[in-house]
Amino acid sequence: MSGLEIPTWDPETAMLIGAILLEAIVLYVGYGGIERLFGPRFMRLLIGGEEDAQ
Amino acid sequence: MLSSLSDGLGLLGTSPEMAALFVGFGLVVGVLFGFFGMGGSFLVTPALLMLDYPAPVAVGSGMAFVFGTAVIATLKHHDLGQVDYKLGAIMITGTTVGIEAGRASVYYLESLGLAGGVISVAYVALLGGVGAMVTRDALKNDDGGGIDHEAADRDLSEYEIPEIAKTIQRTVRIPPMVTLRGDVRVSAWVITAVAFATGLLSGFLGVGGGFIRMPAMIYAIGVPVPVAVGTDLFEIVFSGGLGSYLYGQGGGVDLGIVVPLLFGSALGARVGSAATAVVDSDGIKVYFGGMLLAGAIAVGIGEIGSYIGNSLMETVGLVLVIGAAVVVAAAVIYTSVVSLRTTRGRQTATTD
Repeated sequence: MSGLEIPTWDPETAMLIGAILLEAIVLYVGYGGIERLFGPRFMRLLIGGEEDAQ
Repeated sequence: MLSSLSDGLGLLGTSPEMAALFVGFGLVVGVLFGFFGMGGSFLVTPALLMLDYPAPVAVGSGMAFVFGTAVIATLKHHDLGQVDYKLGAIMITGTTVGIEAGRASVYYLESLGLAGGVISVAYVALLGGVGAMVTRDALKNDDGGGIDHEAADRDLSEYEIPEIAKTIQRTVRIPPMVTLRGDVRVSAWVITAVAFATGLLSGFLGVGGGFIRMPAMIYAIGVPVPVAVGTDLFEIVFSGGLGSYLYGQGGGVDLGIVVPLLFGSALGARVGSAATAVVDSDGIKVYFGGMLLAGAIAVGIGEIGSYIGNSLMETVGLVLVIGAAVVVAAAVIYTSVVSLRTTRGRQTATTD
């Protein structure tokens, strides 16, 4: 009744979870790229470096 | 195969307004998740229930979302060197056994007809107790300042170990001893006991357990706060992945919900994880404690509401949880910006 729940192999569910995993990795890499491209400029804007206003 | 996936995606069934709402909510949850290593499951699932999604879809999609967010946040913490895989592996083993023991306890209490009441009381007592302890400790040690810019590069061994953890490390020296990140040396049995105990509570309360595991890792094992957050997220990847799979088999995972939530939370988790390296650890604990206290009050109000059949009180409880999450996420971002600006000011003054 309260035993350990053993998952059975289900290709559709595996694909569903795989899609979430893939989205997570794509978002991590994608946002990472955006951060690298625009991050420094955004940070300067955010923390208000006077010299950057020039 | 493709048609089944697109059916599973369910994106056509989600209106642009709902998708935008999910992205915004995901952003808030992502900041909290990346910063504290917890906060996903008990925010997303009640919100989905309030939006009239069936319970299995709310729980399953909430768990799938937690899984995706944990993957992203773990990758980020890995890059910052804040995941202890050795600790994580031992924790996963102990927690799994503990969860099963917790579930068995629930079934036993259920047979006695006491499960609902005992679980609610335990939930409120635990959230309130941990919240109060963490807040009191953080306020006691509060030196009132932000951290300097070198915080991101600060050596993990420089983090202060709580007294209770030092006592445990000194007294319990049963081999094998394990050396963790931040030069923490502790008996593997202590880690296993903590993992089992937190798993037990997690299985008993039916929650992800991040809010129990993280303080336990800090106070009982003595790992630095960033490592506790990173390792907790690593553990959630496994538990969340398995849970999502089990719910997904029953059709409980709706990608129309998970995809936009994850889109927002991926950005939020990036901000939250980065903030852990900028805001000082006492600041982290104050927010963490505050949110747990708000959660305890909200659950308490919700429980009283459902007990006396007052749906308004249930809604108030939910609004309180979500409101606290929005406020805390905003506070995390605000404090990080202030801390960075202070550092910038100091650096400018030094160069002058």
